[in-house]
Amino acid sequence: MKKARIATLWLDGCSGCHMSLLDLDERLLELADRMELVYSPLVDAAEFPEDVDVTLVEGAIASDEDEKKITLARARTRLLIALGDCAVTGNVPAMRNNIPLGVLLGRSYIDLATANPGVPESEVPRLNPHVIPLHELVPVDIFVPGCPPSPALIDSLLSEVLAGRTPDIATVCHFGN
Amino acid sequence: MPERNQYQVKTLTIDGREVCAAEDQTILEVARENGIDIPTLCHFDGLSEISACRLCLVEVKGNNKLLPACTTQAQEGMEVTAFSPELMEYRRLIVELLFTERNHVCAACVSSGHCELQALAQRLGVSHVTLPYLHVKCSVDGSHRRFVADHNRCILCARCLRVCGEVEGAHTWGITGRGINARMITDLGDRWGDSDSCTNCGKCVTVCPVGALVEKGKAVSEMTKSNFLPYLLQMRREARQ
Amino acid sequence: MTHDELREIAEKERDEQSRVPRKLNVCVAAGCLSLRSDQVLDALQTGLRERGLEGGCRARGVGCMGLCAAGPLVRSEPQHTYYRELSPGAPEVLSAILDNLDGRPVPEFALSPDLPFFAAQQKIVLENCGEIDPERIEDYIAADGYEALLSCIAGRSPDDVVQEIIRSGLRGRGGGGYPTGLKWSMVAKAPGDRKYVICNADEGDPGAFMDRSVLESDPHRVLEGMIIAAYAVGATKGYIYCRAEYPLAVKRLKVAIRQAEKLGLLGKRIGDSQFGFEIEIRLGAGAFVCGEETALIASVEGRRGEPRQRPPFPAYSGLHHAATLLNNVETFANVPPILRKGGSWFSSIGTEKSKGTKVFALVGDVMNTGLIEVPMGITLRDLVYKLGGGIAAGRQFKAVQTGGPSGGCIPAQFLDMNVDYESLMTVGSIMGSGGLIVMDDSKCMVDVAKFFMDFTRDESCGKCIPCRVGTTQLHRLLERISEGNGKLEDLDTLDRLGTMVRRTALCGLGQTAPNPVRSTLKYFREEYVQHIAGKTCAQGRCPCAAKPAACTEKQGEPTDAGAKSIPG
Repeated sequence: MKKARIATLWLDGCSGCHMSLLDLDERLLELADRMELVYSPLVDAAEFPEDVDVTLVEGAIASDEDEKKITLARARTRLLIALGDCAVTGNVPAMRNNIPLGVLLGRSYIDLATANPGVPESEVPRLNPHVIPLHELVPVDIFVPGCPPSPALIDSLLSEVLAGRTPDIATVCHFGN
Repeated sequence: MPERNQYQVKTLTIDGREVCAAEDQTILEVARENGIDIPTLCHFDGLSEISACRLCLVEVKGNNKLLPACTTQAQEGMEVTAFSPELMEYRRLIVELLFTERNHVCAACVSSGHCELQALAQRLGVSHVTLPYLHVKCSVDGSHRRFVADHNRCILCARCLRVCGEVEGAHTWGITGRGINARMITDLGDRWGDSDSCTNCGKCVTVCPVGALVEKGKAVSEMTKSNFLPYLLQMRREARQ
Repeated sequence: MTHDELREIAEKERDEQSRVPRKLNVCVAAGCLSLRSDQVLDALQTGLRERGLEGGCRARGVGCMGLCAAGPLVRSEPQHTYYRELSPGAPEVLSAILDNLDGRPVPEFALSPDLPFFAAQQKIVLENCGEIDPERIEDYIAADGYEALLSCIAGRSPDDVVQEIIRSGLRGRGGGGYPTGLKWSMVAKAPGDRKYVICNADEGDPGAFMDRSVLESDPHRVLEGMIIAAYAVGATKGYIYCRAEYPLAVKRLKVAIRQAEKLGLLGKRIGDSQFGFEIEIRLGAGAFVCGEETALIASVEGRRGEPRQRPPFPAYSGLHHAATLLNNVETFANVPPILRKGGSWFSSIGTEKSKGTKVFALVGDVMNTGLIEVPMGITLRDLVYKLGGGIAAGRQFKAVQTGGPSGGCIPAQFLDMNVDYESLMTVGSIMGSGGLIVMDDSKCMVDVAKFFMDFTRDESCGKCIPCRVGTTQLHRLLERISEGNGKLEDLDTLDRLGTMVRRTALCGLGQTAPNPVRSTLKYFREEYVQHIAGKTCAQGRCPCAAKPAACTEKQGEPTDAGAKSIPG
């Protein structure tokens, strides 16, 4: 049997959803028979590959770099899953949306700086004025709320998806923890 | 002494089930007595009804308007539909609207896990919000020595206002502004901690369905609510019999 | 005051008026007054004095004559010649008028009373507007004022009065069109010895000023209607809830109440009978939602102006939980003539289900803007082209908006429809209180929908979620579309969300708030698509038209249509 090509993407989030994925522990080994992790912060691949079956996305869209990443991933993925509250709602990263960007950056990089005050102009991605959930920019196939979604939920999600089914999980998980 | 209301039992159907109602019962009361859980957010047992959340709207045969179960009296022969695809679609949209309005980030909320809005979203299958977030900006009032009012979490159900006026009799809570700019206030917009009328009873905190009114010193998910007004409700029930 | 005493006053006043054969009626209602018609009146009075003509001609202030577009208006009697756009700054014109009181009218400022704008009207509510001095009760009495009231008290039972109103077929003029007689009989039959009558003068639709004009031009008519209603339903106390933005109307109402009290037409023992009724004015503080009856009642009670779920209807449990009759200004203004001339006379006017006349504030892109009263069932075409004088040269009729923020936009294909309660509903609009906004082809329908949604969003009280957040979201979506950032799916969202708000909102304000969007989406969908797909506003009214095409292209490549969107 051909293994499913799986990718995970980490945008503006705390990596908790990836931790939850890792917390599948030995179940990962069983899933590994049926899937191949082709791109992820957990593996070495430098560029998002073509022809991906399933991409799990953690985090919200907060910068120009996030926009580029999710647009590319969407174009190269058959089934895109928003994993966790940041990807689904914007969550904690979006709590800055009430604060004008200039004020926010000034506070972080100038007011509170202990050395070299100044807003970085290069090397780091440029922040967008507002943090948005994935589906405000690209179509999303499955929404998995949770902060983070539990390992058991991710397990059943992956099992269903690998079996070629689209699970209806809206009523078995909720926002937050 | 005048005789008490002679009880007349009425028979009606809710979602095809035959149920009985007493003279002055609402559709909501009858439904809940019979295990039919019509969703609500502004309703609270023991407080007056304001039909503001519109979640309990039901269809009544012969009436082309949707009627709030909380204020509609049960009538003999009524045929009520409490769950239909149309009603569920509206309920989901209403919950979505609340999530887009203010900051309902469960991950950072002391009431997470004990929140009626969060639970309702799950129950109705609101896994995400299809409308843009509005980012309405509100203040946080931490001036009270025991409680916090985080207006970013408030859904304007006015339970606090009603319990404060109707049970405690303090009338501390009010509403200012209108539309999307409506806000709960204490006294005439003074800080809660400076309120002259507040008796510090904490009833408003207990009835708040979300994480807007909470106790100080709680971390995420630590804010739990107790069963409220049990004696009051019991006494009212006894008075009816 | 007895019936005979009233007739005596009327005769004395008529006699006095007939001694002065010529009159110059100067409109001193708010529209003309804002163009300093008071100074025109002063100048005319001074001119008459200087010419020694005081005995033969009287210049006096009267109410609205309707053609507000041509104000300040003066009408010369007995020829009925109207003079338009008179200015205190042009004394030579005023002199010319005074020098020609008997001769030919001054042609460049004269308007014939045979103009369709005047001749095609049928006046019941406005019969005294422009005819009497609104601040003199004798003027009203001379025009058969309070005749209906005193004959009711002297010779008709309250139920008889209610039956007359039922027979007339009068329906509520505030917007809903509920049968007035039925409402009266509900209040009359409701238990309780304390009942109220409330007049809703919280007119708030953008572009509507029917009630204001009636109150400013003929306040006693509204009082008489209310007193008759109180007699019919058994009320002893009344309120007029008038918006504070109408200071002149409030002032004239106060004068009128004082005059009526002095003559024993209001207060204790009205018409020397056992019946007593008093009226108090309450000022609205600028909330549109207080025009909704339950919110209005809350406001009169001193509470926050928020609607509540009905039932119970105010007819059973209204002000202070007592049975309350709540009617609009125009509804009450129809009452005295109905009682004077009979319900069957009234029901002979209009259509099968919509009886009588309707006052409209005709505004927007027509030549003659102003206040008109026409029989129910008149065609839109007659309103726009005959009375309104048509659209300005070089422009085309596009749509007419009725019913204010609760109504809809009616496109040209329905120009020949009859204007009545039912017909307007079938095309997705409502009669409303009578605002009639005509729009030519320079108007963008997305922009119009956005304007009204901005209005309801701003006026939502915030009590129920569908209205509070739903109208905000609808407005946000329209804003996005008008900025050229909309998506085609947004049209489905507008529809889906609009349906939900309409079906679930607590009060009429919320339930009808999506109407302007629904009707424009239905009849002008291609304009929405143009804003979204083409990122352009053909009328150049939306922000997407003002922006260089490149700026509207946040993502993706500029389209040809986008490049064309810069207005030439």
